[in-house]
Amino acid sequence: MSNLRRTGLYDLHKALGARIMPFAGYELPVQYPAGVLKEHLHCRSAAGLFDVSHMGQILLRPKSGNAADAARALEALIPADIVDLAEGRQRYALLTNNDGGIVDDLIVANRGDHLFLVVNAACKADDIAHLRGHLRDCDAMEVADRALLALQGPAAEASLEGIVPGMADLKFMDAAIKDSDFGTLWVSRSGYTGEDGFEISVQQAKAEDLARTLLSRKAVEPIGLGARDSLRLEAGLCLYGSDIDAATSPVEAALEWTVQKVRRAGGARSGGFPGAERILGDFAEGAARRRVGLLPEGRAPMRAGTEIYAKSDGGSLIGRVTSGSYGPSISGPVSMGYVGTAFAEAGTTLYGEVRGKRLPVKVASMPFRPAAFKR
Amino acid sequence: MKFTDEHEWLRLDGDVIVVGITDHASEQLGDVIFVGLPEPGTTVAKDDEIAVIESVKAASDILAPVDGEIVEVNAAIVDNPALVNEDPTGDAWFFKMKVEDASVLDDFMDEAAYKDFIG
Repeated sequence: MSNLRRTGLYDLHKALGARIMPFAGYELPVQYPAGVLKEHLHCRSAAGLFDVSHMGQILLRPKSGNAADAARALEALIPADIVDLAEGRQRYALLTNNDGGIVDDLIVANRGDHLFLVVNAACKADDIAHLRGHLRDCDAMEVADRALLALQGPAAEASLEGIVPGMADLKFMDAAIKDSDFGTLWVSRSGYTGEDGFEISVQQAKAEDLARTLLSRKAVEPIGLGARDSLRLEAGLCLYGSDIDAATSPVEAALEWTVQKVRRAGGARSGGFPGAERILGDFAEGAARRRVGLLPEGRAPMRAGTEIYAKSDGGSLIGRVTSGSYGPSISGPVSMGYVGTAFAEAGTTLYGEVRGKRLPVKVASMPFRPAAFKR
Repeated sequence: MKFTDEHEWLRLDGDVIVVGITDHASEQLGDVIFVGLPEPGTTVAKDDEIAVIESVKAASDILAPVDGEIVEVNAAIVDNPALVNEDPTGDAWFFKMKVEDASVLDDFMDEAAYKDFIG
């Protein structure tokens, strides 16, 4: 009937009573019987297990065998400091195009003699072709025989005790390779929820065992894509394809922090990435629009596509919501979107048009609730 | 109780019709997080979009099941949208309508027919 793919945990999702939906070419659990609200709140108060095996895991190996060569090469495609990324550390970064837009957002980890990348499911084939096309002195290989799990929430660390040794030693954005009863795991202290937590790459053959073992811990419940989306939205994190895309520059997206000083004007390795002219120009002169947090003042959610105006009546369109839903942890609607830079200051009251009515919405700084990372 | 193919239930209460959404609809929607209701006193025609219900997933319109006048709305579900998931066919009624002739109810499905309808 379709060409949808399944992750290695599909049968487990069905057994857990998940409602399955298509996402990025995969059949994935949108929610389990607890439902989106309860799953969201459970992840914030205990621990949630996510199957994110649809995401692309890529090994970038320099032909020279020297990781510094891969880092230097990757900097030609990414406006981040990869060269100074220490072994065992990872960083959030952007792949850009010649117009200064964002081709994908990804995680880059330094694993000593090579780099490990985690990219979006919908982008992975293009990303690999992009890497292969431009980085002639590296081999970009998709890791096809590993699942990817995320364990997120305040009880994540304790829930891994006795399952994977040495987790407490990892700090936020550390990346390590660990031996366990479930084979060799690639573990990082990171995630997409604003909570402390871990992302665990595990061999397919051991993935269901590991997932079931984690779910047997009292604090751990399975979490679907629905709650994954509301968790990342409250954390102010972008969804590629919605909040950032090939037409968005990192400065417009308020992701300046992904371009370290060394790559900016005046830095030792300034520029030298696709779209540098526009992106460094946006740094110098500012961009015309900016991604902001938006908190509707009423109860009605302002969803993706909602038009934003400066006035309650008349005037021209000044922005648009790119993600919007209900934030269970802030007990109210929450959105993010782009507005003209003149309207981007936190505290500014704007109006979102919902079913023909302009309703007040306040520009707010993100994350909407403080992150709980173990730094 | 009668049922529409828009997954609303209708119940005659004296000379007004009470309208809500079915258990099935509530289950399909998932967690309800917002309800918007019409002003009492509004005159509506069958199939007018008169209320809105939003779940964590999406917004859906609630259509007027018949011609008539909205005489009362349920503020409790505006204040606490989760009530729609907890008790869709009881406390979480949406609005009450005055109609010219209560026999319009005869046009709708009974419970057995609705069960067949949703399979």
